[in-house]
Amino acid sequence: MKSLVCLKQVPDTETQIKVNPQGTGIVTDGIKYVINPYDEFSVEEALRLKEKFKAGEVVILSIGPDRGTEAIRTALAMGADRGIHVNDAQLNEADPYVIAQALAAAASKVEYDIIFCGHRAIDDDFGEAGAMLAEMLNLPQVTLVTKVEVSDDKKSATLEREVEGGKEIVEVSLPCVITSQKGLNEPRYASLPGIMKAKKKPIDKKTAADLGINPEPKLVAQNFSMPPERQAGKKYEGLEPAEAAKTVVTALRAEAKVI
Amino acid sequence: MPNVLIYGEIKAGKIKKTAFELASEGRKLADAMGGELAAVLMGPQAEQFAPDLARYGADVVYVLQAPELESYNSEYYAQALAHVVKEKGPEVVLVSHSMQGKDLAPRTAAKLGTAVVADCISFELDGTKLIGKRPMYAGKCFAKWSCTSSPQIASARPNVLETVENPKAGTVEKIDFAPDTSRPTYRTKELNLDTSGKVDLTEAEIIVSGGRGMGGDDYSLLEEMASIFGPTATVGASRAAVDAGWRPHSDQVGQTGKTVTPNLYVACGISGSIQHLAGMGSSKVIVAINKDPEAPIFTKADYGIVGDLFKVVPEFNKELKALLAE
Repeated sequence: MKSLVCLKQVPDTETQIKVNPQGTGIVTDGIKYVINPYDEFSVEEALRLKEKFKAGEVVILSIGPDRGTEAIRTALAMGADRGIHVNDAQLNEADPYVIAQALAAAASKVEYDIIFCGHRAIDDDFGEAGAMLAEMLNLPQVTLVTKVEVSDDKKSATLEREVEGGKEIVEVSLPCVITSQKGLNEPRYASLPGIMKAKKKPIDKKTAADLGINPEPKLVAQNFSMPPERQAGKKYEGLEPAEAAKTVVTALRAEAKVI
Repeated sequence: MPNVLIYGEIKAGKIKKTAFELASEGRKLADAMGGELAAVLMGPQAEQFAPDLARYGADVVYVLQAPELESYNSEYYAQALAHVVKEKGPEVVLVSHSMQGKDLAPRTAAKLGTAVVADCISFELDGTKLIGKRPMYAGKCFAKWSCTSSPQIASARPNVLETVENPKAGTVEKIDFAPDTSRPTYRTKELNLDTSGKVDLTEAEIIVSGGRGMGGDDYSLLEEMASIFGPTATVGASRAAVDAGWRPHSDQVGQTGKTVTPNLYVACGISGSIQHLAGMGSSKVIVAINKDPEAPIFTKADYGIVGDLFKVVPEFNKELKALLAE
């Protein structure tokens, strides 16, 4: 079973985001970066498929600056076989279309049965690259997947995906693009021997020129801003539960007018 | 040629409220651009919902009813939507950032050679340039995004844009389009929707959420509160509760779960981690019930009750029931 896992390095969820004084982006000093949590589910699922079929390869494909190597190494330490690191100023902060173009170009040089993407990256929160990549490669997409079962002949898969208020079960022929949702699995931690082995696993470096693409931005951002500061409201301490409840319920109608 | 085209989502035989939100917003944008608002509906019920969209301002409603469009499918619907956009040439295309929209919009955009300004909470125009304000880092900051080319495609977060009735003709125009079924796609085997009528977290107007303080998987107090609030209310959970196995993953609110913007968010036994606060901080009104007076959730709450949730919530439910029965 061969999987290609697209992975993005993002600020840890603990990060307190601050917008820079020019409003052109965020302050990156002191940020701790991690693998996008949804991409971690992808890595884990790809490893499980390789283990189940006792054959195959897990390739990690990531676009980003130098620090991105750490995230790839972490995935290799979890058990992935090799990495492709696309590092190009034109691509590192690019919009989802350009990212999908670069992923598609890189993917075309790799053998795979499934391409995994996280259903979104928790930094820019676009959630588009997976579906765009599928379209560009003329593959089916199945998004927001919470369960993967591949047929013994590796020609098709039965997948469970999240929809509002329920689950959809779909059948898809392989190859396909899957976007991972929470609930898919519990990712493993890298073991010490895994970390040692990862140091020797190959990571190919690529630029936009190597991929033969000449990206044109499709989206532009301006005016980064902080959310309106929320003031603490009324806090009732030391009241009897019944009294506190009555006060707040009454206020929700009379004052806040939400019920 | 319409200036603005909105995609009206039909799910399980019903048109979604987001379609009216998009039509209302689309009407405003079309008026500012001096022109026409069109809507597109797909599937067997498409024609029947055209009058609803007319009520919210659609001048024309395109209806696509090919058998391949009987139920939602990424590839066929994306082909159909891209076809309508190419045929009709709208300047702006609006889709909902619902689960269907998240699946449909990027595939359609890729077919049209562009990307989606996804998950917008408000829109403005600079001439004919559409600027969408959208949360990033799960709402820890915002930025204004626009497309560099035409058509400009954006998706809107459900439950944020206002619905405004503004009746227009809503002339139905049938578009004959059969998707190319040789392109690979998936086949839906089963669609298991919760038939209890429980509204999804991302669409709920009221969310009653429980965290570590619940102490276990018994959420009956919170479910009772949601049922008193009525069909627009639902139950959510913090990551701690989901990771403990008390609630399903789909209930999680926060940076690695769902970002929600209900009118009312009631946090019970949730301390308020930075990830959770990012995910629900844009709620209109926040109520927190927690026994720790120092819990960070109280810094964001409009109404905070310091106390044992197992004593406060039953009283809260009693008061609520009495008030809503009036």
